[in-house]
Amino acid sequence: MSRGDFEIIRNWVAPGSRILDLACGDGQLLHELQREKQVSGYGLEINAQDIEACIERGVNVIEQNLDRGLGNFRDGSFDTVIMTQALQVMHFPHLVLEEMLRVGRECIVTFPNFGHWRCRLYLAAYGRMPVSKFMPYTWYDTPNIHFCTFRDFEALCREKNYRVLNRMVVDQSYKSGLAGCVWPNLMGEVAIYHLGTILK
Amino acid sequence: MPELIPADSVGLVVPIAIPFDQPLSLNCGEQLEKFQLMVETYGELNQSRSNGVLICHALSGHHHAAGYHSMADRKPGWWDNFIGPGKPIDTRRFFVVALNNLGGCHGSTGPTSINPKTGKPYGPDFPVVTVADWVNSQVMLADYLGISQWAAVIGGSLGGMQALQWSIAYPERLRHAVIIASAARLSAQNIAFNEVARQAIMSDDQFAGGRYLEANNIPRKGLGLARMVGHITYLSDDAMGAKFGRELKNDGFSYDYNVEFQIESYLRYQGESFSGSFDANTYLLMTRALDYFDPASDYDNSLPDALSRATARFFLASFSTDWRFSPERSREMVDALMKVDKDVTYLEVDAPQGHDAFLMDIPRYVRGLSAYLHRVAEECL
Repeated sequence: MSRGDFEIIRNWVAPGSRILDLACGDGQLLHELQREKQVSGYGLEINAQDIEACIERGVNVIEQNLDRGLGNFRDGSFDTVIMTQALQVMHFPHLVLEEMLRVGRECIVTFPNFGHWRCRLYLAAYGRMPVSKFMPYTWYDTPNIHFCTFRDFEALCREKNYRVLNRMVVDQSYKSGLAGCVWPNLMGEVAIYHLGTILK
Repeated sequence: MPELIPADSVGLVVPIAIPFDQPLSLNCGEQLEKFQLMVETYGELNQSRSNGVLICHALSGHHHAAGYHSMADRKPGWWDNFIGPGKPIDTRRFFVVALNNLGGCHGSTGPTSINPKTGKPYGPDFPVVTVADWVNSQVMLADYLGISQWAAVIGGSLGGMQALQWSIAYPERLRHAVIIASAARLSAQNIAFNEVARQAIMSDDQFAGGRYLEANNIPRKGLGLARMVGHITYLSDDAMGAKFGRELKNDGFSYDYNVEFQIESYLRYQGESFSGSFDANTYLLMTRALDYFDPASDYDNSLPDALSRATARFFLASFSTDWRFSPERSREMVDALMKVDKDVTYLEVDAPQGHDAFLMDIPRYVRGLSAYLHRVAEECL
């Protein structure tokens, strides 16, 4: 199985770079990057099954809870720090982002865009928190505690002076289209950001 | 007593004593002219001699890691649930070597052996050996077996220290280091526990300055006490609570200082049975080897610098309730390894059993280690 956001990320990662993948899941992305881009590095994960999957793939996986921070990594010790579809489960997403840009020279982050028209329509029509195949959880029992929109994230980057090297939105099947380019906050379901060091 | 040997057991095994005639220089400055190591092996060495796995034992361990010596054995080897056909250390794929370390009391040359210079047991004259000395002797064993590179060196606790030492001192001679519930050096608290154990032994009247064997004695009380202290630290508060709670041995208190609580009874039993089967001088020596181990000390106290020479890939695991070798100690090693860009995988297993967890069949731990060693086996061509 191939994930569309991985395809995009792959293009943003330099060959041979040193990668830290936060909440690396089953290690698929790191595995692909190792194979195709000869990267080195580690994945951090806490889910037992995912960790096992990483081991089976031969991906370096470290059991570490991200909410405990990245204090064990030195400044600038990785070329790129990646986090796919996990920002919304963090207790303090802004601090995690800050840590990612401290530990890495660049970071790549993907998250579901809550500003997508389907979410808006669901909320407008039913007056209830959107539940879909893509976001299947009820509001009271969900790992996703910090949803944001494409625009929210843009605002955060501006406020924190993060340099946006690249940004993209894709749909549920991780395809990018013209509509997404024109109205990203409305048409994009997944946002993918490539951030660089803080602007002085 | 196994009426039938289980299908996933290595079965009946025979230990062998391997003599070494080349002298071994020790860290303490002394030299052992000759010595022997007691060894057990399980599985077959493949044609390219690439599937050797070395098992390093912990404080009170020995060469009998798996299988049975006879059908009358009450229990199998100390790590039998991990070593055997289809088990994490799969003897269908690996040639597994387990030994009793130098200074041990299970057949390898140690304080209970006869000192060729005096014709009497070495006792306290047996030199203090270190983890580095052990690894040097294990290199001689590997040479003897014709194994130029281990597929993996594996150990828990003090055994993990040996695997770590292998990776630093002989980087080209192992492909993987598996370090479980261990540490790159003991904390002050940990040394303190060892000191209590040693004091218990040395203050026993029967200890006789370590020459108790010559007087046909054993410092049973002291050794038992040392084991009791040790045992407390190997279990977690939760594990002890779950097993014994405040359960009494008899109904009601008897208002004296005999055994009242089940935990007292258990500890005394552990102490007594241990003191009948282990040598006091060996216990002193093993705890000292633990205290001294600190490979970073040769590298300006920088563990990353020490590890920068390593070429092995690493698998580490720790257990949440282990307070003798806590997860923090493992994380120190993991962080150091990541700092110098080494391949490392780390599991932090939620387990109530304390330090003893490394010996136990804990599903997550077993599955993780199995998955890792499966890949190690795939590389053995």
